[in-house]
Amino acid sequence: MMVQINGATHEVADGTTVAQAVRALTATTTGVAVAVNDEVVTRGAWETTALRERDRVEVLTAVQGG
Amino acid sequence: MDDLIIAGEKFSSRLIMGTGGAPSLEVLDQALAASGTELTTVAMRRLDPRSRGSVLDVLRERDIKVLPNTAGCFTAGDAVLTARLAREALGTNWVKLEVIADERTLLPDPIETFDAAERLVADGFVVLPYIGDDPALARRLEQAGCAAVMPLGAPIGSGLGIRNPHNIELIVEAASVPVILDAGIGTASDAALAMELGCDAVLLATAVTRAQRPDVMASAMKAAVTAGRLARQAGRIPRRRYAEASSPMTP
Repeated sequence: MMVQINGATHEVADGTTVAQAVRALTATTTGVAVAVNDEVVTRGAWETTALRERDRVEVLTAVQGG
Repeated sequence: MDDLIIAGEKFSSRLIMGTGGAPSLEVLDQALAASGTELTTVAMRRLDPRSRGSVLDVLRERDIKVLPNTAGCFTAGDAVLTARLAREALGTNWVKLEVIADERTLLPDPIETFDAAERLVADGFVVLPYIGDDPALARRLEQAGCAAVMPLGAPIGSGLGIRNPHNIELIVEAASVPVILDAGIGTASDAALAMELGCDAVLLATAVTRAQRPDVMASAMKAAVTAGRLARQAGRIPRRRYAEASSPMTP
């Protein structure tokens, strides 16, 4: 199935979880937050939240600013 | 100098730093150390797998409290989501609420800011909104439960100083939450003026991070904020039209 991760289209296996999507980007989990379709997915729910076709996944972290 | 208290939390420094604009994390680290800041903003952005080192490591090493902002948001909805993501990523319910109206001026949008502030307060956030120098809006945001108000001196990054000191004084007079002068500071005298006008703290980034010598400017800002606070507490003399002799006039 196709999903958007940080604006880029990715083909991932059915049943791919939020945790797997994050691991594809980074090994660190601290200082990182995830939203799927504009709703926050708390860290405790990453392993159990499966992505669905055309989900929009945003993986954010803190950068210099302000 | 007396402590700054925001939402019950004490800070001995009244200089809040931003981290934007520093050429490297090393330069930023030296500037933050020289500033003596205890509270510093970061922005939330898409994770870049290629980036090395994190501003969060710098803040953690220096034991500086992180204040996430919602920079880059144009709507209340975007700002609320960004604040929630920051809370999840950084483990803090503090947020510098920043909802801008357009990219040319980066001026804050008062309608979207107020809408977001109400929603974030209801969601348990400690909300520090960045606003124009508008006394009426500052009062409304305080009534809505914001922990501080952060009026601008001038547009972000402009270095134009405090364009309307009279309005800053009006905001200070009416506020019972801390007033933090945010944006527009160009040099140390601007920061001192903010404190002399009665602001409780100053937030700045560009004036330090893009100075030719950021660590030296950070020291200057630290001294200016302290000097301005002390001058405010000391009570300045009234301005007079004509001279008033300080020595006896008769020999």
